[in-house]
Amino acid sequence: MKVLYFAWLRERAGVAHETVSPPAAINTVAKLLDWLKQRSPRHAEALADLRVVRVAVNEEYAMAEDAVGPNDEIALFPPVTGG
Amino acid sequence: MIRVQTEDFDVGAELRALIGANHAIGGVVTFTGVVRASADDGGVSAMTLEHYPAMTRRELDKIERTANQRWNLEASLIIHRHGRLELGEQIVLVITAAAHRGDAFAASEFLIDWLKTSAPFWKLEETAGGDRWVAARAADDEAAARWTEKPETTRGE
Repeated sequence: MKVLYFAWLRERAGVAHETVSPPAAINTVAKLLDWLKQRSPRHAEALADLRVVRVAVNEEYAMAEDAVGPNDEIALFPPVTGG
Repeated sequence: MIRVQTEDFDVGAELRALIGANHAIGGVVTFTGVVRASADDGGVSAMTLEHYPAMTRRELDKIERTANQRWNLEASLIIHRHGRLELGEQIVLVITAAAHRGDAFAASEFLIDWLKTSAPFWKLEETAGGDRWVAARAADDEAAARWTEKPETTRGE
C-alpha cells in the first residue's frame, strides 16, 4: 500500500510518500489512520487532529468507513485551498 | 478543457482560441484568480501552490463534466497554475461560453466554487514572519454547498 502526504501533513510527518504493509485487519480508512499514527511520533503529530485531514483512495475522496487494501494508493492532506 | 501548468496564461488569447469559429456562442464569462496581499495582515509577498497531480486532473475533469451537464455550454476552459507565484500573478482561469449569458455566468460561479473546495491544491504563503499554509475557509464550503441544493434553472435570455 502506498501512502502520500501533502502540504503541512507532509512537513509534520517528515515524509512525502512511503510504502506500508499493515496487517489485513487494517481494512478501512479510519483503521489505517490509527495504524499510521503508531509509525512514529511525527506521524502521530501529523495525524493528531483528524478533523483537518482529508483522505483520497486511488485519487477519489474517501470517508472513514471506506475500504482500503494492499494495492491502494492512499493520499492524506489538509482541506484544499486552491483557486 | 482543463490545463494544470506552471506557466502564466494570456486571458485574451485563451478566450479567442476557445470561441474559435463557434458561432453558436453568444456570451463568454471569464474569471481570473490573482495572488493577493492577504485579507488579514497584508504581509504576503508570494505563495507556492502544491498539488496532487493525478487527482487534480480527475477532480477538474469531473467538475467540468458536471457543469456541462447542468448548463447549456458551448465551450469551457479551466487553467490552474502551480509552483511559486508572486503578488499580482494569475493563479486560475475559468472561461465559460454559451449561447446566452445566464448559462455562462452560472456555470462560471459553479466551477470556481467547486474547484476551490474539491481540487487538491494547497497554498503556502511567504510572509515576513515565515511561511504559512493557508487554512481552508468555511465561506468557500458554503459557496460550494449552495450548488448541491436544488438545480439551477437555465436562465436563457
